[in-house]
Amino acid sequence: MTQILQIQSLTKTFSQPGGSEPLTILDIPQFEMAEGEQVALIGQSGGGKTTLLHLIAGLLMPTTGTIRIDNIELTKLSEQGRDRFRATKIGYVFQTFNLLPAFTAIENVRLGMTFGHGRIDSSRASELLSRVGLAERAHYRPGQLSVGQQQRVAIARALAGKPRVLLADEPTANVDPASAESVLELIRTTCKDENIALVLVTHSMDVANRFDRVVQLETINRALKPLTPAA
Amino acid sequence: MSLFQIAWRNFCYRSLSSALTTLSLALGVGLVVLVLSIYGLITEAFVRNASVGCNLVIGPPGSDLQLVLNSVYYLSQPVENLDYEYYMEFLDQPTRADLVARYGGDPALGTRPGKYSSAIAGGFAIPLALGDYLGEFRLVGTTPEFFEKLKHGVNVDEAFTFREGRALQSSSTEYGFYEAVLGSRVAKEEGLAVGDTFSPVHGDPDGVGHDQKFTVVGVLDPTGTPNDRAAFVNLEGFYLMDKHAQPVTEEEQTAMAQPTVAYEGAQPLPIPAREVTSILVRTGSMLFGATLPNFINESKQARAAAPIGEINKLMTFIVGPLLTALLVITLITCVVAAVGVLVAIYNSMNDRRRDIAVMRALGARRDTVTMIILSESLIIAIVGGVCGWLAAHLAIWSASGYIEDNTGVAVSMFTLSTYELYILPLVIVLALVAGFLPAISAYRTEVGSNLAA
Repeated sequence: MTQILQIQSLTKTFSQPGGSEPLTILDIPQFEMAEGEQVALIGQSGGGKTTLLHLIAGLLMPTTGTIRIDNIELTKLSEQGRDRFRATKIGYVFQTFNLLPAFTAIENVRLGMTFGHGRIDSSRASELLSRVGLAERAHYRPGQLSVGQQQRVAIARALAGKPRVLLADEPTANVDPASAESVLELIRTTCKDENIALVLVTHSMDVANRFDRVVQLETINRALKPLTPAA
Repeated sequence: MSLFQIAWRNFCYRSLSSALTTLSLALGVGLVVLVLSIYGLITEAFVRNASVGCNLVIGPPGSDLQLVLNSVYYLSQPVENLDYEYYMEFLDQPTRADLVARYGGDPALGTRPGKYSSAIAGGFAIPLALGDYLGEFRLVGTTPEFFEKLKHGVNVDEAFTFREGRALQSSSTEYGFYEAVLGSRVAKEEGLAVGDTFSPVHGDPDGVGHDQKFTVVGVLDPTGTPNDRAAFVNLEGFYLMDKHAQPVTEEEQTAMAQPTVAYEGAQPLPIPAREVTSILVRTGSMLFGATLPNFINESKQARAAAPIGEINKLMTFIVGPLLTALLVITLITCVVAAVGVLVAIYNSMNDRRRDIAVMRALGARRDTVTMIILSESLIIAIVGGVCGWLAAHLAIWSASGYIEDNTGVAVSMFTLSTYELYILPLVIVLALVAGFLPAISAYRTEVGSNLAA
């Protein structure tokens, strides 16, 4: 199977206030994902899950090591190169949706295409909104949508640029259980349909157990002590 | 979506803040445009007013500016008069002889040309007699030449035209010496038309009324010159009103020829009894225009002033600096409005850091978000600039009737001063400078920390 994501000898260290010794958050010798694979990433709070997603998205640069996505060595790209890479290869779903309040649902989806190739595929934006069940809410602003609907729009936006990897950071944490179920199914189905690799951060083992692979961050991150199994 | 569309959406989303910021900029721009328009109007009004068709005003010794103000603008009080014989120094021998024959005077006056007559050949010398009023407007005693030879307009090539009636005559069969022509504003405000009569008031607007009545024979079209604010009467009729004759000595009476014209038994005032307040002169050539004032001023009998020179001095030293100060103040208002743009956008940055971080997470480059913020400044500048410009021109247009009545300058909605062409670019530059600080803030926005916020 073709590897879509390859991480080698990745470390991320943050300097600390007061001149204390730098704190290493991530130390991952190796991590790989196959094309279209769906991985649930679990781990303790503050363990570096979001930092890892930011590194994969090129929003942060690793202290050492390499990240290769779709055969592109991310760590060798300039900042502008990483921006363009993110716009074309990465979809990002946030825990708090992060829809832009000035824009309607359809415009938020179009924004997902704006910074990539520069072409707006309006029919794809409409189709994505239909797929997430919000065709009739296309011209609603985020404030006029329920939280579940907002997360659906966020998913449509993340998929708008036809990414190769979708990063979802606790996408169901802020929605009610019924909506959480449909949001999760929507993400998984869509990624499967479009052969998009999915990394989904969750604290729920129920959610994690539905994935092809469950990765506990502590098992790949040498900067963390492995969790003691609950009694 | 284009960056401009994104910026426009942000502008609309913060509608109240955007509207207030834009309004403050529009007010600043509107003020500048108004001041520039007023500057332009005043300048044009001055130019028009100075375009009186004569290149010299001759009057009694004194201030050049006062001479121009009372003889060209019909403002200020004339102090002294000149003898009519001095006026005759600008006339050629046949004209002088004709005047002596018509009005009576020393026959010797008609035997030689006036000493300045060669400078006037091809031009004119028109006498004015001031001092009386019709209501609040100046009464100007003059000759028919005033309407035949004086030109006005920016290029000084427009002859006087009459809304109704005709020019006055020295002596007509209908009204003799007592004909009057009214400036457009005088006719309007005094409610007089051709055929009406009026009695001037002596000395000042509240002075004693003369018994003599003048009949209006013509009303001028608006000229945009002070002549719109003047009532012109035949110089001969002016002389025949009470207190307008100089005493004639017995010796002069004996020496002078008898006048040959009369109207209903009244004879015109003889030359020795006549005075003029000033003389409007157009020299025959530019050379004389430069040298004649020196001759006249050296004689100490009279003073020659160039109206355009005096008006330019007034404009340069008094009106110009005042207008410049006003312009500077309004430009400062514009800068303050631009600072308002800076404050408004900068204050909104705290609320927008997450939005910027989200756009960055969607692949927007740092310079892209910078351009979006600058585009918002640009939108405020364009909307504010255009609205301010339109509001100012609407105000000018709504007052155009009043402006035309009072200055003679016709203004339309789209009458532009040259400086106005620089306003929008200037406002755009100001707004971009104002947007630069928030744009830098957007450029430096940390994605990770703001996404988590």
